[in-house]
Amino acid sequence: MTRFFTEDHEWIEVDGDTATVGITNYAQGQLGDIVFAEVPEAGATLKKGGDAAVVESVKAASDVYAPVSGTVIEGNDALDGDPALVNSDPEGEGWFFKLTLSDSSELDSLMDAAAYQAFVDGL
Amino acid sequence: MRQPASVAATLERTDMSEEDEFELEPIEILELPLDAWHRDKGARMVEFAGYHMPIQYEGIMAEHLWTRENAGLFDVSHMGQLMLTGDGGAEALEALVPGDISALKEGKMRYSLLLDEDGGILDDMMITAVPMGLYVVVNGAVKWDDMGHLRENLPDEITINNMEDRALLALQGPKAVDALLRVVPGVDALYFMEAGSFFWGPKTDPEPLWVSRSGYTGEDGFEISVPATHAQKLADQLCAQPEVKPIGLGARDSLRLEAGLPLYGHDMTPDVEPVEANAAFAISKRRRTEGGFAGAERILDALANGPARKLIGLSVEGKLPVREGALVFAGAAQVGVITSGGFAPSVGAPIAMGYVDAAYQAIGTALEAEVRGKRVPVTVAKLPFIPHHYHRKGGSI
Repeated sequence: MTRFFTEDHEWIEVDGDTATVGITNYAQGQLGDIVFAEVPEAGATLKKGGDAAVVESVKAASDVYAPVSGTVIEGNDALDGDPALVNSDPEGEGWFFKLTLSDSSELDSLMDAAAYQAFVDGL
Repeated sequence: MRQPASVAATLERTDMSEEDEFELEPIEILELPLDAWHRDKGARMVEFAGYHMPIQYEGIMAEHLWTRENAGLFDVSHMGQLMLTGDGGAEALEALVPGDISALKEGKMRYSLLLDEDGGILDDMMITAVPMGLYVVVNGAVKWDDMGHLRENLPDEITINNMEDRALLALQGPKAVDALLRVVPGVDALYFMEAGSFFWGPKTDPEPLWVSRSGYTGEDGFEISVPATHAQKLADQLCAQPEVKPIGLGARDSLRLEAGLPLYGHDMTPDVEPVEANAAFAISKRRRTEGGFAGAERILDALANGPARKLIGLSVEGKLPVREGALVFAGAAQVGVITSGGFAPSVGAPIAMGYVDAAYQAIGTALEAEVRGKRVPVTVAKLPFIPHHYHRKGGSI
């Protein structure tokens, strides 16, 4: 399994032609207390860079974009009852959705962990 | 309404002021006296009202709940502290505000509204009668406009002094009195909406502070005007008390929303008059009979006949926050708009305030707010959402 990152602070863990998507630990720390998360439903078609989910902190609502194109397998229902999972375990239990990749070559433009860390350090 | 931005854009957005889109040219963002102190305490700084200000330290939720149970220290030095001096200042000011200012006794304060000629609200403010004249605290975002309006409309004999050399700290929460009493003796003599001068520091070289029992959280608490040069020392002494933590603008907003207190520029604007803004209480009895303030005709008509729309509170079903700009519907008809909204930590659910047509203002009225194309059930709720705990004279709390 390989994990990639976007400049919009999403992570995507790829396993074959399926992947899990969430927001990074850096993003949750900066957003603060998450009070609501809206995840896509199974079957939804996502386009790379398009709206995929919404995360709301006490202060503001933010879009989560699809890091790659694909079809949603499932949204994380656990976030409905406990949106704070995004704060407590952003890169684990606080994932947003899983999808089937439609074009794995889209992964080429994403950052690996080291590149993302360098990106965050530069902010 | 403001659509959600990307996570990256949200993180980059350090500007919390909605008004800036009307600015014609970029203005320099100023530093408050406690700027370095906030950064040292781990604050995340944002731009607000033209200043770098702390939005949060450890987190909005934790800071909010701490203030409701203990005591929170807020730096509100961005607000304007004005001193009006000169003979007849109270009478002259009454032409611009609907409160009975000439009856205000020394050491007593009153919430009031600065009105334009049509009765629209230019700002909300606290006016205190002091030995020198009137001490007026106004909102940071509009303080320069306020000063211009006052200068233009008050007689030349009245001097307006903007006390830029003073910082303003608010200590709020049920334990604020215990903490402040250890640092500034005697402040427990004040009741809600009273103010006075108190000595702070060593007996050999005491510093006079101007302290009022007032605030913007719905809790008991104090606001302390201190020379900017001494602000850090006072903040350190207050934060050394076990009850006190520094609290950012984020929690200040959620606390005031739960307390049903309007935020100027959002819940109150020049487009609304005091009665529809749910602030009829600020129109004093004598002024209701005598009138004689800016916009009196329109405002007294709204008092007598009821306004066409009203600022109300809304409880929100579910967890989806309903925020400023969301439209409010009764069936297919749009009947209102949200002016403040968000997750309320002490309520444990989203809450909102907004304007609805008068026919829908009754508590319990079921309406819907539209968020990202979805209808969210909302119900007109009694304000405040969380009861006020003011230290009132004659009251038990």
